[in-house]
Parts: sequence; structure tokens; C-alpha cells
Amino acid sequence: MTMDRRNFLKAGAAAAAGAAACPARARGNKTLPPGAVGLLFDSTLCIGCKACVSACKEANGMPPENVTSDAPWDAPLDLSGKTLNVIKVYRDGTAAQKDRETDGFAFVKKSCLHCVDASCVSACPVKAMKKDELTGVVSYDKNACIGCRYCVAACPFGVPRFTYDTPVPQISKCQLCQHRWSQGRYAACAEVCPTGATLFGTVADIRQEVARRRALKPGEATVFPRGRLGGADQSYPGTASQYVDHVYGEKELGGTQMMLLAGVSFDKLGYPKLPNESFASTSETLQHTLYGGLVAPLALLGGLTLIAKRNVKDHEEDPHGE
Amino acid sequence: MASDATLHAHAPRPLGGPLVTPVTVVLALLAVGAFAVLAVRMVFGLGAVTNLNDGYPWGIWIVYDVMIGSAFACGGYAMALLAYIFNRGEYHPLVRPALLASLFGYTLAGISIFFDLGRWWNFWHVFFPQYAQPNSVMFEVALCVSAYVIVMWIEFAPALMQGPGMAGIRRKLSRVLFFFIALGLVLPTMHQSSLGSLMIVFGYQVHPLWQAGWLAPLEYLMTAIMLGWSAVIFEATMSAVGFRRRLETPVLAGLCRILWGLLAAYLAVRIGDLVFRGALAHAFAPSVQALWFWAEMACFVVPLALIATREARRSPARQFLAAVLLMLGGMLLRINGFLVGYMTGPGWSYFPSLPELLVTVGLIAFEVLAYIVIVRKFPVLPAEPAAAH
Repeated sequence: MTMDRRNFLKAGAAAAAGAAACPARARGNKTLPPGAVGLLFDSTLCIGCKACVSACKEANGMPPENVTSDAPWDAPLDLSGKTLNVIKVYRDGTAAQKDRETDGFAFVKKSCLHCVDASCVSACPVKAMKKDELTGVVSYDKNACIGCRYCVAACPFGVPRFTYDTPVPQISKCQLCQHRWSQGRYAACAEVCPTGATLFGTVADIRQEVARRRALKPGEATVFPRGRLGGADQSYPGTASQYVDHVYGEKELGGTQMMLLAGVSFDKLGYPKLPNESFASTSETLQHTLYGGLVAPLALLGGLTLIAKRNVKDHEEDPHGE
Repeated sequence: MASDATLHAHAPRPLGGPLVTPVTVVLALLAVGAFAVLAVRMVFGLGAVTNLNDGYPWGIWIVYDVMIGSAFACGGYAMALLAYIFNRGEYHPLVRPALLASLFGYTLAGISIFFDLGRWWNFWHVFFPQYAQPNSVMFEVALCVSAYVIVMWIEFAPALMQGPGMAGIRRKLSRVLFFFIALGLVLPTMHQSSLGSLMIVFGYQVHPLWQAGWLAPLEYLMTAIMLGWSAVIFEATMSAVGFRRRLETPVLAGLCRILWGLLAAYLAVRIGDLVFRGALAHAFAPSVQALWFWAEMACFVVPLALIATREARRSPARQFLAAVLLMLGGMLLRINGFLVGYMTGPGWSYFPSLPELLVTVGLIAFEVLAYIVIVRKFPVLPAEPAAAH
């Protein structure tokens, strides 16, 4: 018995040594791809017209939702298997004033944030969720997907959705309209936005625009671009708003490629408070420590094989039988 | 005959007896019900039979049938660990029946995954390198569970190779079986712990009482082994009562002693983690999660008291009760981590639909039915001298 325990401990020690030998250091957050593109959403500019919701449906061939005889039009309340982009409203008390937390209201866009270190990409077992190495677009390939919905469960923003009502389901999520890029088009939501509340652009340009707006004094005269940052000039004059001191997506989980500015705090708008370290890096650091190069499992297997070989020797004919 | 029985007191023998009984008929009907629901699922999609939604994309088919079902099915793993690694020969007779139950538990867990997969026709992608995504915890779980099911069938094969022509291949297989035994220990160690790791990427979406981070895999592994031993005690007691066999009380008493040690270690890890993370305060908050937490903890703490002494461990009633409570505790740990404590945002709720429950119940019924048929037809349970022939 002592002998066997010692052997078992040896096997365990071998496995532990294996785990220690391979790189056990933290993987850290992934970094922004060189040609990263994304969206800027400024809640203070959004008028809630939902032109972006409609344009998104058209550009991506998504069906309408919540169509009733009383309301025979597309009326999505949230993201879903049929809706990749939605505008929601925050309302408090009398809702008298826009972009005010008490007795006010505010609009907010919900769509994929294209995380720099995306949980869905880390979760997917079959590379159906991929982050483009150049543009950073998190895209979905239904031909690879097995439909396990780990991405749906993992996403901290509740973005990937699943079509439960069909025998051939798939995941639905915003892919920044990358199928339209080759035609010189870009994200339909930004293309159509009449106030420039949603802008498409490189993350570098987005950061610059964010910094510019935050430097403005509330009420100050300025111009707001529309459509695409660095694209055709569609800017119009406006006045700067009062922002909360927080750019959502700048640091959350290592940053996202969609960034948001708002006049009310983001937890009121359904954007949770999140740490700077990505959940994907925590999960993958553990996986790589335990399974890196399969060193630890193989060491454990080797040790256990030796012990098992000796212990079943007496039962040549049928180890489990006697 | 008498001397033969004495010589091979523990050699497994088919039990014989009737296959069509009221019990087996009811079990068969439940199983048919499950497959009927699954047929509807295949034609109309998951939404037609389940209450799954984007806030709770995983329901009981994953949390019960796969996570809990496979942990209950750790009997073969946990007993093999004792018999072959710690070389405790006295547990040998329990290995084969435990392995059989594990085989069914895992095979059905695999079947459950298949029906739960939205795009099941792509299932093979998990095994092909061009799709492999080794950073994914799910990838590792899927590979290890599949490999383990195959390993278990190989381990169990000698029991099914009973024909005279089979002796040769049986002997050949026996010679390399030690390797499959070792593999059958490494694979569950990997995937049972990884079932806990699945939660890590959920981050803040998991309630602090179950957000154990790097300790989650350890907690899931420890409970899986405990659940394995508990399931063995449960099965041994049930088949003793059901097949009117002698209770294996002394062997189970020894098992309870080892179980008690692991249970004490587990509670130290679990409570230590809660204290260390400062999460214990949540247990005293007036929340549904706190209530479920205490139910879970009670299922672990009560057995610690139930089988604390040598005398107590000799009581079949206490053995059985402790085993049942531990199985419930392990079940609650998983339900709490993945459903009760999984909070994906306001407005979402999930409770399994009747068809969902029918599938789970039907699969358990199928498992029990198959176990009964196999032990009656094949040499699984140890023969006993006192058994009526």
C-alpha cells in the first residue's frame, strides 16, 4: 500500500512537473490587430429613428420580427437570431430630458463590439468564430459551426444569438457588413445614420474622434462627421454634449473595436461594468498551463500506465473479472 | 459446484432471470417517450421542444444529461483509481459493474450532446485538425469525452467476449488492457475538471458563489470522483435490493472511509475559496442563489457527519443516505454553477419544459433498463456463494 501510494505520488509529481515545465505564464490580453476597424456610437447624437436597424436587416438579409396585424412592421425589442443590431431606450421617471439619468432618457445601440480578445472566439471548439488578423472583425462561419452555443453563453454582452425555431439553426451576429466592403460599402448602420451617432472607421480614427469630442466643452459649437471616418465628408454643424467620463470599449476586457460615448452611465444602458483583463485570457492561461504541449497529460498517462501495468499483472486473463 | 463457487467467489456471473417485468416495461415506455420527443426536435428544431433561449442557451440536456450524467458515471473511473492505482484488491468486484454504469452514463451523455447540438451534422468537425481550436475548453471536453467512451468500451469488451471463439482475442486484449486502464484514468481527470473550467470564460455572468476561477476545475474533479464512488454505493445497494442479493456492506464501509477523506478535503477547498475571494457574504444575502447554495452545502456537510465514525460507516442505511446526498450535492453544484448562478442579464429565465424533462427522464430510464438487461445476460456482477441458482 505504501509502495503504491508512493508510486501514485510519483505519477502525480511527474504530471505536476510536466505542467510546470511548459509555459505556465499568463497569456495576457490579445492586442489590437494592425488594421482594426470598428464603430463609434455616440448616444447623445442618437435620435432613436432606428434607420440603422432597418438598414442592417436589408444589408444582411435578415427577416423582420414581431410583425403583428396591429403593427405590420419590423419591431425587434432585442438582438435575436433575426436581428443583428437594435436601438434601445433608457427611461427614468418623467423622461423629460434626453441624456439625463434622472427623469431623462437616452438611446443606445446593441450590436457586436468586436472584442480585441473575444470570449466567443476563445470558446468556439471548431473555429466557427474567428477574429480577422488584420481587421479584427469577429466573423462567424456557419459551415464550421456545430451549434453548441458556447459562444452564446460565453459572450459578456449577449451578442451572438441562435435560431431555436428551425431544424437548421445558426448563430447570428454583426460582422460589420464585411461582405459589402468589396463594393466600397461599409457597415450599413453607419452608412444610413442621419446624425452620425454611428460611425464606421479604423479604430485609430475612432480613438481620435473620441478624444476630440471629449475635449469639447458642453454646448460648444463643433462639427459631427457622418458615415465613415476618413470617408467622404458628410459632416454637419452641431453642439457638443455632456458626456459621462467613460469611453465604453476603451479598456473593457482588453478593449473592443466598437466604442461608445454617452450622457448617462453605461450600466444604465445595459453595458456592464467589466474588468480590464479578458475572460478569454484567464480561461486560456489555465488551459495552456494544464495542457500546453500535452506535457502534463502525457506525464500522468506514463506514470499511471506503469502503475496499472504492475497492478494488473496478477490478472493476466481478465483484469476486471477477478 | 460448491468448491467452484468458493474458488471463484468474486468471479462475475450473468444473473439470469426474466427480462420482461413491470419495471422493465415502464422503463422501456419512458425511453420510447424520450425518443419521440427527440424525433420532434430533429424535425422542428430545439425551440419546438425546449425552453432554451439566448439568455440560457444551455438547459438540462447539457447541465443534467451531460455534466451531471457524466459525473454520476464516474464510478468506473473512481473505482479503477482505487483498484489499479492504489492497488486495493478488495474493490475489484465493484469495478466491472461500476464500469458498466459508467459506460452507459457516458454513452448517453454523448447521445445527449448530439441531440443538443444545433448543427449536429457538423459534429465530426471536433475531430478534424482543420477545425481544431485547442484554446477552447469545449474542444478539450468534446475530444476527451469521445475518447473516453471508446476507451470504456474497450475496457468493458472482455465481459462481452464470452463465446468460445473469443478466448484468443480476449487474451490479446487483456495483455494491453493496463494501458487502456491508465488512459481511462487520465481522460476523465481531464474532462471532468474541464467541465468546471467551462465556466471561467463566462466571467462575471457566474454568481460569485460559484465563480471559483482556477479552483473550479479542482472542485469539479473532486466532486466527480466523490460522485463516482457515491454512485457505486448507490448502485451496489440498489442492485442488492433489486436483485435480492447480499449487501456489500463491509466493502462499502471501506469505500465510505476514503470518500469521507475526499469530502473533507473538498469542503476545505470549497469554503476556503469562498472565504479567500470574499464571496461568502453572498451566502447570507436574501437571494434565490443563496438558498440554492445552502441546499448544495447541506448535501455535502450532512454526509460528512453521517459517515464520520467507523460504526456509522458500517450502517447500510447511512452509507446509502450519504451516497444519495453526495450525488444530490454534486448535482446542485453543477446546476447552481450553470443555471441558478448563471446570470446573463435581466429579463432572461429558464425552467425546463415538459418535453425536455421527458427526454432526461427517458434517457435515465433507458440507462437503467440497459443495465438490468446486461447484468442479467452478461457476467458483470460478482457471483455469490449464497445466491440461489
